[in-house]
Amino acid sequence: MAVKFDLNEREVWDGNYAASQALRQADVDVVVAYPITPSTPIVENYGAYVGNGFIDGEFVMVESEHAAMSGCIGASAAGGRVSTATSSQGFALMAEVLYQASGMRLPIVLNVVNRALASPLNVRGDHADMYLGRDAGWIQFGAFNAQEAYDLALCAFKVAENHSVRLPVMVHQDGFITSHTAQNVYPLTDEKAKAFVGDFVPVDDMLDFSRPVTYGAQTEEDWHFEHKAKQHKAIMDSMPIIDDVFAEFKELTGREYNRVESYDMEDADVVIIGLGTTVETARVAAKNMREKGVKAGVVAIRCFRPFPYEEVREALKDAKAIAVTDRSSPGGAMGAFFNEVSAAMYTSVNRPLVTGFVYGLGGRDFSIEEAERIFAEQQAHADAGHITTDIQQFSGLRGPKLGFFKTARG
Amino acid sequence: MTEIRWHSRAGQGAVSGAKGLGDVVATTGKEVQAFALYGSAKRGAALRAYNRISDEQIFNHAKFMNPDFVLVIDPALAFTDSIEENEKESTKYIITTHLSKEELIAGIPALQGKEDRVFIADCVQISLDEIGRSMPNAPMLGAFVKISGMFELDYFLDSMKRVLAKFPQKIIDGNMKAITRAYNEVN
Repeated sequence: MAVKFDLNEREVWDGNYAASQALRQADVDVVVAYPITPSTPIVENYGAYVGNGFIDGEFVMVESEHAAMSGCIGASAAGGRVSTATSSQGFALMAEVLYQASGMRLPIVLNVVNRALASPLNVRGDHADMYLGRDAGWIQFGAFNAQEAYDLALCAFKVAENHSVRLPVMVHQDGFITSHTAQNVYPLTDEKAKAFVGDFVPVDDMLDFSRPVTYGAQTEEDWHFEHKAKQHKAIMDSMPIIDDVFAEFKELTGREYNRVESYDMEDADVVIIGLGTTVETARVAAKNMREKGVKAGVVAIRCFRPFPYEEVREALKDAKAIAVTDRSSPGGAMGAFFNEVSAAMYTSVNRPLVTGFVYGLGGRDFSIEEAERIFAEQQAHADAGHITTDIQQFSGLRGPKLGFFKTARG
Repeated sequence: MTEIRWHSRAGQGAVSGAKGLGDVVATTGKEVQAFALYGSAKRGAALRAYNRISDEQIFNHAKFMNPDFVLVIDPALAFTDSIEENEKESTKYIITTHLSKEELIAGIPALQGKEDRVFIADCVQISLDEIGRSMPNAPMLGAFVKISGMFELDYFLDSMKRVLAKFPQKIIDGNMKAITRAYNEVN
């Protein structure tokens, strides 16, 4: 029986500590880990909870992140509730095994503390690792602060383990900006958190010897396609279940989550759409712009996969000009997030003006002032009725202005 | 919104100081933020830590701020770092030094003409005397409590005892003495 952990109604936690507390309250059976900055404290704290008797679980140290996710797969297939954490290069080394986890339909929860990918080596936050995982068949939630990193980790288990979903879930938070920023966090009591997450009921667990099953079988052109299509359908079909879990969480805590979040969007002409902590900075900028008479709003993606095309289109349907912010180097293309939003808006009735900004790479600050400048530029597009700049720009970059791809519309 | 910037070296406790301050402020019902810029910094490297305090939820995640208070807990950084960066006309400075205020300001052109908002306390010496090692973060908190007028000293001491609860009693007692001394000595 685990030792009781004393919690206050209001704590001052950083994102890492908040995520580790969610793992403790969810009674995670096994964490297999190879720690990496800036996500290290999540698994370190879980190890401490095990060592100090605060949780009946097992902490397995392995030789690499590849082995960490492989161990998670083994423990999950065996029938345990499993989680771990990683960042950046560690995430990249896990990449191969991420696809195995989702293909085997294992409900692992991976806490990803977003960090830039080398080279050049950089420990700070951008979304390069998150983008690397976007086709891996995992559900991806984005937290914008420590409270959300905690809340969404609890929700993640409930979504992943739902028998209609059975898919692994990543909970993303921004490296340092969220993971190492302490702020007010209002945790659930252990009793409430445990009741919300519920008991893990495995499907096809390998330790059920009365019913032997195979994991990781080989299929060639005869069946591979059908398996992948079924997996894709499962993640697309998870949307209403995610909504249900968020609704249940709101019932319990009063804290509301949506797959797409909208702020000041009732009458917004100009919009910044973003991921992660940028969203909160943009919200402050939008309020400031409204005082100057610009109808500014912010749309945020809470659930990056499955990508909420319909909800994005609905949220942006009356917008005139939209700035899409990509915190990852696109390496010879438009930003991936820009492409997603553009695809959603191309099929809308109004087809607003959409431009993309690459920003914040390697932890470069994204200031309120810069967000205001981007809003002002969107207003100029809206007033002109066409895009007045390059479609892809760089925000916060030193040196000469860099931009690509001009509009071919009037 | 009250914004605070700490200038420190890795190992002097600015991050713990900022988080400790955040912990105490949160008990008064305010929203807080405490973070640092250090990443892969090694012990002794210059670093900055930050606090934001507000009555409402804090959405601003930018490192950029126009600080209301600048807390310098390494004596040399007052001379070598740009402690006046992005200051306001009302920014208050609390600087760890063994010098007199006149001697300190004479050596730092950026502080000249700001005598009425520069405050000093010898947080290094106070921590050596009271805690037994150079840990200037705790005395700096005492100096901050006095200059900001944000709390009664007794309330702050009681709250810090809770924050430090995991430490041995001797360390807690030393910190309480250091905070109290800096509160009384800052000028």
